[in-house]
Amino acid sequence: MNQPNTAATLDAHAEMPEPRLGAAFLAVVRRDVLLAMRRRADLLTTLVFFIIVASLFPLGIGPEMNVLRVIGPGVLWVAALLAAMLALNRLFAADFADGTLEQLALAPHPLSVLVLGKVAALWVTTGLPLVVIAPLLGLQYDLPAAALYTLVAALALGTPTLALIGAVGAALTLGARGRGVLISLLVLPLYIPVLIFGAGAVDAVMSGLDAGGHLSLLGALLLVSLVVAPLASAAALRIALD
Amino acid sequence: MLQAHNLECTRGERVLFRHLEFRLGAGELLRVEGPNGSGKTSLLRMLCGSLSPTAGELRWQDTDIRKLGERYRAVLAYIGHQNGLKADLNGVENLQLSEAIAGMPVTAEAARQALARLGLAAHAELPVRLLSQGQRRRVALARLAFRARCPLWVLDEPFVALDTAVVPEIAALLAAHLRRGGMVVYTTHQEVPIEAAEQRVLRLGQAA
Repeated sequence: MNQPNTAATLDAHAEMPEPRLGAAFLAVVRRDVLLAMRRRADLLTTLVFFIIVASLFPLGIGPEMNVLRVIGPGVLWVAALLAAMLALNRLFAADFADGTLEQLALAPHPLSVLVLGKVAALWVTTGLPLVVIAPLLGLQYDLPAAALYTLVAALALGTPTLALIGAVGAALTLGARGRGVLISLLVLPLYIPVLIFGAGAVDAVMSGLDAGGHLSLLGALLLVSLVVAPLASAAALRIALD
Repeated sequence: MLQAHNLECTRGERVLFRHLEFRLGAGELLRVEGPNGSGKTSLLRMLCGSLSPTAGELRWQDTDIRKLGERYRAVLAYIGHQNGLKADLNGVENLQLSEAIAGMPVTAEAARQALARLGLAAHAELPVRLLSQGQRRRVALARLAFRARCPLWVLDEPFVALDTAVVPEIAALLAAHLRRGGMVVYTTHQEVPIEAAEQRVLRLGQAA
């Protein structure tokens, strides 16, 4: 009936502007940071948990400087690791519940890039505060200045990896019952390399060695998970939405 | 042109529909009808590519939509029965962010105007969690104002929870989209007259 019209309009649609991936990525980051700012209680949970766990050990062990210095790096890393896990539960679940995850999946972009945006926002709101506060907590363990610098460097390289690996766990368990426990079971074993090299870097400096090797390995872990984790999470999310 | 060929959907053990055939050209309106649980939402989600058909295929301009991937999602605007809004953000923020994620950022002013057209001028700056069900639906539907570039609109119960004042406004939005050569697939349990050159109905839930 309106055949001549049809061809013209389809041509018009063929020339439609290219969707902007950069704008979409930034929008996801901004959205999640904005949401985190509106729910500050959730943000503080991670940070307060980290502070409390890291402060309980010196209180429990007492002022044994030698003991504290030895366990310090390990305790701080374990606390950071557990704190990083707290935020994972909500990472995709909230978006899944209100339908925004489906809208993300239907955006004309690779879902993995948008997932990377979500992970970036997660790190900025929950990982970065841990990196910033860690040297203060390190003082409780009488760590020397050089060890504190290394701790910050190691956490700065390690916590993004934790967020990336965690996103895969969160995506895989989306929609499952008993999700909290399941995420820990999935993700904690994968956190072990980060824990070993992260705590190892600080230990190395304290025994007068160079932390370069450990930090390079943390960097390598970060690069690998930067490539693999968004793809794996996106694939898992598509399955969860099916 | 969107074309469904021998489409089949099973959820669990149950076959919702099979051997489903239809084609939809520019300017055509397709209403999907059927009782609750007959697979209307599943069909719409299939049209979006979120749900894979158990059998058969969907073609857009003669290419399987699974092969087109992102290029197909660029021609598609979908509003599901979930609104896809963030309760802690206000209407303007929700619109701006969802459009930027869809790849075409809009200004706050444009978002405000789109909301005002659906009678939300006074509520544009309120967090969505404070809005009523119908008002949230309007915020979700306000996205359509920016989706003229997407030829295919897939709407799951667009009129649900809307009051009678705003329903004609949405119907006019759909009619305008059809006039410029767009396609609309929708489900509804309400009788809403929509002006369209070519209007078709697909009934689900009869085949056993």
